[in-house]
Amino acid sequence: MDNGHIVEIHNLVKRFPVGNGFFTALQDVTLAMATGEFTGLVGPSGSGKTTLLNIMGGLDIPTEGSVTVLDLPLKGQNHKTLANLRRDSIGFIFQTYNLLPVYSVFENIEFPLLLLDMPVDDRKRAVNEAMEWVGLSDKAESRPAQLSGGESQRVAIARAIVKRPRLVIADEPTANLDAANSHNVMGILAKLNRELSTTFIFATHDEKVMGYLSRIVHLVDGKLDREEIIASPPHLQEK
Amino acid sequence: MLMLKLALKNLLGAGMRTWLNVFVTSLSFFAIIFMTGLYKGIIESAKRIRMDTEVAGGAYWHPRYDPKDPLAWDESHGPLPAPIARQVAVGESMPVLVVQGAMYPAGRMSPVVIKGLPPEQRVVDLPSYTLQGYGGTALPVLLGGAMARSTRLREHDTFTLRWRDAHGTYDAREAEVVTIMQVENMLVDKGQIWVPLEHLRRMVDMPAEATFAIVGQGVPLLAETGDWRARDVNYLLKDYIAMAKSKESSARILYFILLTMAGLGIFNSQVLSIFRRRKEIGTLMALGMSRGRVVGLFTVEGGLHSVLAMALGVAYGAPLLILIAVKGMPLPYNPADFGLVIGQRLFPVYGPGLILGTTLLVAALVTVVSYIPARKISTMKPTEALSGRGTQG
Repeated sequence: MDNGHIVEIHNLVKRFPVGNGFFTALQDVTLAMATGEFTGLVGPSGSGKTTLLNIMGGLDIPTEGSVTVLDLPLKGQNHKTLANLRRDSIGFIFQTYNLLPVYSVFENIEFPLLLLDMPVDDRKRAVNEAMEWVGLSDKAESRPAQLSGGESQRVAIARAIVKRPRLVIADEPTANLDAANSHNVMGILAKLNRELSTTFIFATHDEKVMGYLSRIVHLVDGKLDREEIIASPPHLQEK
Repeated sequence: MLMLKLALKNLLGAGMRTWLNVFVTSLSFFAIIFMTGLYKGIIESAKRIRMDTEVAGGAYWHPRYDPKDPLAWDESHGPLPAPIARQVAVGESMPVLVVQGAMYPAGRMSPVVIKGLPPEQRVVDLPSYTLQGYGGTALPVLLGGAMARSTRLREHDTFTLRWRDAHGTYDAREAEVVTIMQVENMLVDKGQIWVPLEHLRRMVDMPAEATFAIVGQGVPLLAETGDWRARDVNYLLKDYIAMAKSKESSARILYFILLTMAGLGIFNSQVLSIFRRRKEIGTLMALGMSRGRVVGLFTVEGGLHSVLAMALGVAYGAPLLILIAVKGMPLPYNPADFGLVIGQRLFPVYGPGLILGTTLLVAALVTVVSYIPARKISTMKPTEALSGRGTQG
């Protein structure tokens, strides 16, 4: 984006049908994320963190308002365009890892590159590099069922970043991890943010995660409550 | 290609669940090909037996001859027209004289059709040559196994035979069973005996006469046959062809049931698969796979089921099918006892059309039944699939 924003949200409203009425998950949210940010959406359960992440990731669409991700206004886009946006530019990290059970670690990480039709040699190089980043080179042939929670989440991180996406969306990435693994995972993500200038947006209510964030956006009952800027994004510091 | 690789990976990765489905589908493949081949084999066998022993390459009928009207047989005889006689003279056809009579084995009376044929004939596969070497004074008789059992006659047994000649006079003489032939065609066995043609002609005073002439296999039917009627193979087998056609519908029902079994197996597996793999579907969508490609992936997975089933079916089914086709399947009873023209061993016939047709049909069916549940995916919201709820949206 010309203004350096990777995500721009204006007056976002998201409602879900519930019974005969609607539940408002997000109410009048206006927000912008700059390239290279390491931002957390923080709030209690039901505050709308995951819904906001899903909309920014093109997995859901706004009811009202506008959301522009990587110059693409999401409202009115068809499923295929949104799928292409996710395939080309967005990486996802889930609370429950969501690894493909029949694939090995290598194949799980390779999967996004297969969707991009990347040549086989480039693919292998990228996957090996991603496995090195997360310290799982020795687990290439393991299946998800053979991995610990921390290892599984590191595979999910490698899968999210292997294609060098401009935006990584992580929904409670440490919720199922113990303290040591949580710090390990966040350390890896912070390092990738510094080295690759990838924008990371988290949904979290984990205190351990907050120490790594450069910006915290507090959500309460679907509304933007307040923001905290902890530090400038690493690549902006270099400027 | 990517879809194929991913689908194969998913299938093989699912382990036992995949192989159980594949095994059930392969059983359907095997059963469809075996049952259809067996049915075709029965039809082909019956046709071959009838052509070898009865129909050969067609026939010329006396103008009044009707095999279904025995009352007309007294009038259904005459000299062979010259063109037919010439064909008979060179051994390409053989005359048969048909006369009604009665036989008295062990003092019991039994109506019988007496058929005279040239003992030296080679037109039909009946052991008429055994009548040639008979040196006794009685009338040498050839009869089939079913006839022998029903009359309790054995080889060299004698019985009284009575008939009415061309002038309406009853006559009788002793007859001796020279040979009991084991023939699979009850139409040349039950209720009839075979005697040398010239003996019969003399007995009934019908010199050089016949009721019909059978044409050898591969010999073209004459265009000019006087007032005699040429009957080709299709005409002579028309009852059998009609029966075979009527049986085709029951064979189709069986075929349909087996196909439905295969289809239901895959359909069930796909529905369960989509239900169980909602979260995976959501992940694929989050990673950037379009709904169309996810539907394609599941459809290809279903289609690959049939390919693996074919491979498995070939592995265990082909040797078994070939063995049965070569060795045949013995029947526990004599089909002739039930009036059936079937060999004592059944030889299934698996043509390339059957194998290719069944393969393509099952593959197409499996792909369609894979697509139907997979289509549900196209209405799934990625967020709800990810949460494992997978409702439509």
